[in-house]
Amino acid sequence: MTYDLATIAPELFLLLSAMALLMLGVFRQGNPTGLVLSLAAVATVITFALVWMQPTARALAFDGLFVRDGFGNFMKGLILVGSSVSLIMAWRFIERENMSRFEFPVLMLFATVGMMMMVSANDLISLYIGLELQSLSLYVIAAFRRDTLRSTESGLKYFVLGALSSGMLLYGSSLVYGFAGTTNFNVLAEILQQAAQAGEAPSIGLIVGVVFVIAGLAFKVGGVPFHMWTPDVYEGAPTPVTAFFASAPKIAAMALFVRVLMGPFAELVAQWQQVVVAISLLSMVLGALAAISQTNIKRLMAYSSIGHVGYALIGLAAGTEAGVRGLAVYMAIYLFMNLGTFAVILCMRQKDRMVENIDDLRGLSRTHPLMALAMGIFMFSMAGIPPLAGFFSKLYVFLAAIEAQLYTLAVVGVLSSVVGAFYYLRIVKLMYFDEPAESFDQPFGREMSLIMGAAGAITLLFFVFPSPIVSGAEAAAASLLAAG
Amino acid sequence: MHGWPLLSLVTFLPLVGAGFILMIRGEPDVVARNARYVALWTSLITFVLSLFVWFGFDRGTAAFQFVEEAPWIPTFGITYHMGVDGISMMFVLLATLLTPICVLASWESIQHRVKEYMVAFLVLETLMVGMFCALDFVLFYMFFEGVLIPMFLIIGVWGGQRRVYSAFKFFLFTLLGSVLMLLAMLAIYYQTGTTDIPTLLAGAGIPPEMQFWLWLAFFASFAVKVPMWPVHTWLPDAHVEAPTAGSVILAGVLLKMGAYGFLRFSVPMLPEATALFAPLIFALSVVAIIYTSLVALAQEDMKKLIAYSSVAHMGYVTAGIFTLTQQGMEGAIFQMLSHGVVSAALFLIVGVIYDRIHTRRIDAYGGLVHRMPNYALLFMLFMLASVGLPGTSGFIGEFLVIVGAFQVNTWVALLVATGMILGAAYMLVLYRRVVFGKLTKESLMKIKDLTWREQAVFAPLVVLVLWMGIYPVSFLDVMSASVDNLITNYQQALADADTPSLATLWSGK
Repeated sequence: MTYDLATIAPELFLLLSAMALLMLGVFRQGNPTGLVLSLAAVATVITFALVWMQPTARALAFDGLFVRDGFGNFMKGLILVGSSVSLIMAWRFIERENMSRFEFPVLMLFATVGMMMMVSANDLISLYIGLELQSLSLYVIAAFRRDTLRSTESGLKYFVLGALSSGMLLYGSSLVYGFAGTTNFNVLAEILQQAAQAGEAPSIGLIVGVVFVIAGLAFKVGGVPFHMWTPDVYEGAPTPVTAFFASAPKIAAMALFVRVLMGPFAELVAQWQQVVVAISLLSMVLGALAAISQTNIKRLMAYSSIGHVGYALIGLAAGTEAGVRGLAVYMAIYLFMNLGTFAVILCMRQKDRMVENIDDLRGLSRTHPLMALAMGIFMFSMAGIPPLAGFFSKLYVFLAAIEAQLYTLAVVGVLSSVVGAFYYLRIVKLMYFDEPAESFDQPFGREMSLIMGAAGAITLLFFVFPSPIVSGAEAAAASLLAAG
Repeated sequence: MHGWPLLSLVTFLPLVGAGFILMIRGEPDVVARNARYVALWTSLITFVLSLFVWFGFDRGTAAFQFVEEAPWIPTFGITYHMGVDGISMMFVLLATLLTPICVLASWESIQHRVKEYMVAFLVLETLMVGMFCALDFVLFYMFFEGVLIPMFLIIGVWGGQRRVYSAFKFFLFTLLGSVLMLLAMLAIYYQTGTTDIPTLLAGAGIPPEMQFWLWLAFFASFAVKVPMWPVHTWLPDAHVEAPTAGSVILAGVLLKMGAYGFLRFSVPMLPEATALFAPLIFALSVVAIIYTSLVALAQEDMKKLIAYSSVAHMGYVTAGIFTLTQQGMEGAIFQMLSHGVVSAALFLIVGVIYDRIHTRRIDAYGGLVHRMPNYALLFMLFMLASVGLPGTSGFIGEFLVIVGAFQVNTWVALLVATGMILGAAYMLVLYRRVVFGKLTKESLMKIKDLTWREQAVFAPLVVLVLWMGIYPVSFLDVMSASVDNLITNYQQALADADTPSLATLWSGK
């Protein structure tokens, strides 16, 4: 039992601190939001350190419900970076925008615990619990500005569609359980392996179950055709929440996707590969085409994230170790580009209120040259232009696709990246080619400049020192595949 | 200089200069002046350093020289591998020569955002030089594609009226080609397990069926970059809208990247597909030469005319490369160098009068010889070099290409040669309309002849055009060993292919 607790130490710590902060918020006099928020950020940082110190050897806990391995640690590290940066970015925002309630950081922490559970799930039941802990917290955060129509609408939409997808996932899980007789990933993998060795075809009910699970997970990552909620929720949710949505939950859901398909259902690769290929293909194409006509930057980022999910899924579609490595690198680089971009978006304020039109970026290079430079780096990087980090993230997934002989996927992928380049370039055009519009409010706050600067530096200089991220992803992929 | 990482120095020194410029603070005037001087000195020092490459280069061998190698992404065996051979060495010098010229040429014509302008040019120089030195696929691609970013900004920020349209068109066209090349490179990596260019040059051993698709993917990228007909349409737009120095770099160096790609990848690594597709290249080259020459005849905009003439001249290059003869290939490389100097000079020539009158329309000029005799003389020299008059650099390249083509296919040679006649037609018409005739236009009455700064810009180009035209051996010497080696390997690879060749495979289908 003590051994189990050591295995889940990071999650345990974060969960306990979330509950403690909740108590603190309830019983402290005055408005404790600032205090709770800063302590929450500190808690995520400490959790990050705990994850960092966790051994990478694979270990099971609680009768195989929970697994800790190098892959999980890598993804949890990314999730925690996303959470802590989002918390810091939210700090000034919630004060200014009348959202200053201590439940906000607490909910973010609960969501983060849920994500870490998802990444470490080794059983369909613990998977579902982690997923729901995450989702329920996120529904509330999305609707956190309950006095505005857009935020409540976004929360409600997210909830209704999210509940639907959870239902699909649950339905799929029950089918899998019904046909395989277990919910444990290891046992599932064994059963399927034995069946394959005996030359038996997997039962159709099981496959239907897997497809339902895939549909549910595709919803959580926001892949086409389960993407409809993304633009509305991104647009409606308060901006730091959108930044959070676009980073941490995406990574968690993607990690879960990989763990489920590459783990228990690895033997069924021939069956699920075509589904993942289709989702990936559609996401890339739709993400690129639909973003062209957007004028709201948060909506634009929503379509951009759909596209990026498509590219990352190429790695999963490959179904190989190289593919998982590509996906891990992709998510890591995407995290930094995305947080940086949202830091810029959060600084888009005129006359003390947020502006969200991409036209408001007009002439930014004249009014705020450094901010324009950072945004330019993020946009070129998202378009996948070398030598920026975004190029390398695409390089690794395409390498995996070529290796797995998914030529059509690779060709469609690169072609849609050209289409996608158009809308990223449009932002660069607005910032650099056009005459300045009204300037943004100053000052942004030191923490914003720091986040922008750090994310920009990582994106720009990744090519000089690629090894920290690449070798981390390499180890993560190896540890996942070694188990399966 | 032995033991120094000379190529890395030449490649990354401009970046250091760019860093310095970024740190300049103060009054706008002071910043602009300092930015200009830092850019000029950085690019001049880079040029001087690159001269060590020229003098230290061993002309007797086809091997890569000044090689540097360091691990970069060890998990994939991707290395930081730099080196030059007879094919790439002179392009490094071309890039380092043209950059200071561009900085000088923009001294007065660029007045707003000088700092960013100079940074963009220095970054561009790093990427261009790096591209010609890179001996690793990923490294090469990084430089090859990275060029798009500064060029996009140069056209878009400091360009003419339709700059936004042109910048987007330039960027998206070239990106579309390049991404397919990226997939081809990954496929080669997967097939052979290496991204090291010299290893692949020594014998890639790619199966013929795969060569077919890989060749097409490379073709998509390089044909856009060259540009070949019918994907050349971005070039006139980009040239017309780019600031003068942008056009100079575009015509002088960037267009050479595509042809260099054919020489470095398509021909040596995919020999069987090259043999199959050579007739396609000939056809497209001939169309390019004749069609774009005719289009050039009809132009009213000086820059557009020179842009179309560039497409025609690059047609010689592609035709020459795919003759796969010693003369044809050397002629193609020589033509690239010559075009790099001559077209750069012609864009500068246009820039001189554009800075004074602010129009590029041919009919706005006439009779310039009366007020600008020095200018008329220089214009004549470069115009004749573009036409290919014996004694200028243009003649050698075109002549060698035609000799090479004649050995392969007399019809190709004949049609290519008509380009020389058409070239003479449009260039002479341009010259007559701009320089000769009566000086009647009001706006031209007070136009001034070249300043000392402009003469300094043209001086090295004049020397080069005459040197290359009168004593081409000093340049042909550099490339002959490498070209010879390339052709030998190519023939060897075709002979070794005992499996049914791609051509028979294809016709059998």
